[in-house]
Amino acid sequence: MTVQILTANRLGDGAVVYRAQAGGWTERLSESLVLVSTEDAAETLAGAETPEASLEIVGPYLMPVDNSDGEIRPVETREFIRAKGPSVAFGNGHQAENTPLSLAG
Amino acid sequence: MYRYDEFDHTLVNERVHQFRDQVERRLSGELTEDQFKPLRLMNGLYLQLHAYMLRVAVPYGTLSSTQMRKLAYVARRYDKGYGHFTTRQNIQFNWPKLEETPDILADLAEVEMHAIQTSGNCIRNTTSDQFAGAAADEIEDPRVYCEIIRQWSTLHPEFTFLPRKFKIAVTGADHDRAAVRVHDIGLQMCRNEAGEVGFEVVVGGGLGRTPVIGQTIREFLPKQHLLSYLEAILRVYNQLGRRDNLYKARIKILVRSEGIESFRNLVEEEWSHIKESALQLPLDEIARIENYFSPPRYERLDDTVRELEVKRFEDRDFASWVRTNVSTHKQPGYAVATISLKPTGKPPGDASAWQMDAVADLAESYSHSEIRVTHEQNLVLAHVKKADLYALWSGLRDVELATPNAGLLSDMIACPGLDYCNLANARSIPVAQRISERFSDLERQHDIGGLKIKISGCINACGHHHVGHIGLLGVDKKGEEFYQITLGGSADENTAIGKIVGPAFSYDDVVDAVEDIVDTYLEYRSDGEEFSDTFRRVGLAPFKEKLYAAH
Repeated sequence: MTVQILTANRLGDGAVVYRAQAGGWTERLSESLVLVSTEDAAETLAGAETPEASLEIVGPYLMPVDNSDGEIRPVETREFIRAKGPSVAFGNGHQAENTPLSLAG
Repeated sequence: MYRYDEFDHTLVNERVHQFRDQVERRLSGELTEDQFKPLRLMNGLYLQLHAYMLRVAVPYGTLSSTQMRKLAYVARRYDKGYGHFTTRQNIQFNWPKLEETPDILADLAEVEMHAIQTSGNCIRNTTSDQFAGAAADEIEDPRVYCEIIRQWSTLHPEFTFLPRKFKIAVTGADHDRAAVRVHDIGLQMCRNEAGEVGFEVVVGGGLGRTPVIGQTIREFLPKQHLLSYLEAILRVYNQLGRRDNLYKARIKILVRSEGIESFRNLVEEEWSHIKESALQLPLDEIARIENYFSPPRYERLDDTVRELEVKRFEDRDFASWVRTNVSTHKQPGYAVATISLKPTGKPPGDASAWQMDAVADLAESYSHSEIRVTHEQNLVLAHVKKADLYALWSGLRDVELATPNAGLLSDMIACPGLDYCNLANARSIPVAQRISERFSDLERQHDIGGLKIKISGCINACGHHHVGHIGLLGVDKKGEEFYQITLGGSADENTAIGKIVGPAFSYDDVVDAVEDIVDTYLEYRSDGEEFSDTFRRVGLAPFKEKLYAAH
């Protein structure tokens, strides 16, 4: 059986979150609740598909992970990118309020 | 530029108010996500991989300096300090918060902007030639008709739930810069034998998983019948388009299955009932809209400007920019300037807030406060005095927007791909970055000449890969990113769908493959031959040989 964790996007800002081992939702993959059995996975998913859960998150689903060496790692490229954010710098590489060197005075 | 009338203002403000209420109801649990999702999509708000994404409409790609400054403000205040210009001449913000989106829309409404019909199965933003009103080869300014279509299609009650999304493009020039033949409806302005101006109507084009070149359904449509004829096409599509299969729901599938003759007969039959209806465009109404797009007050100038020639001689970087990024204007002494949003190694189409502000200022100083967004993800200042080009270029250089690569290899279209998009199979942006870095020697790019590379991260083809001279399509092979390459596509008046060259290349190998293709082209091209010409002459064989011989 594939080891899985439960993921979703946070309602307020769409951030990637995972069902946390400590309860609730976390942005940290390392704090995810690891689901080994199909029954546990189905039950955890069902718990995230309730009206109460939808006040916190959107679109919960199970994703496979590899935790063979104790560290939780996504298996799919898409989930690596979800976990780490875009693989590219954005806004031409300048963050908010940055000015180019030529204008920095 | 078009200015909102009282109806536009009311409509947009009411929509902001309505959406604010819908967001509050979602946050309080009164609306479920299933109920809320179609409502947020009607307001351009998607949920992507890492965050919400708000797509703001830029009607036919025309913006004022005031609007551009507001976009910069939104980027800074509500997002991460940048925006992404898209192939529908719109802008996307990649990090808005749900509860702040109504405030963003309220801010945008202050400058006559909104996100209505930037998503959903409705008529989307009508796109146009970025050189409209300035191009030397233009019959008339197509934006007049884009605006008429915008007014007709906005909240059109009959066409709010079409089988699938619907995209219209209009061009007024012989050289097609608006890719009209790969739209659901493409309108090419033309003259009939009597010299009257109207439209050649092209229908059933599109990219996506089934690329189709549109077919001419009517050689000449008089202007006054534009809306009734469009309505007839949409009505036939709305009734007969497939709703049972998402992948077969676009009009191109209907036109293909009916055959163009049969489809034309259906449209003509429908049209006969509505041709003389209230949809007929009165000439004074056309004239009223034309007034909004009347050309700026040009000065009487000589077309040869001595100080420009001197600067070109003195400054090689400026000369290089003029060569690629400056185009002929219909008015002597004026030019059209393309601002490349494709600096080497940067995400195609992204602009930082401070760059948007700078472009707004430069447009105010040098181009009548008007900016265009191109479907190739660049910006354009359409009415620049040749004598001001050096000052404009200097200003652009200060904000890292003077890359002299318009139309060259590194001027790529790339969709957001797997870095942002929920639908993507593979990344697009870093592939574009790596290609532009590989070819970072601009002299080399100038030697290669005009070459269009287009990259999509999935089969939905937002990056227009089918019509790239070199098209890259990201695919997922057992969890790994691979790229299928097509060659020989074109989006202009000689529209062609690229041919698949062979097995896909890995993420690591795809840039080498592009370089091999470029080298092969250079090896085979005759003097002055563009990529499409060479490809038509030599076919796939030499490219295949180069790409796969070693394997």
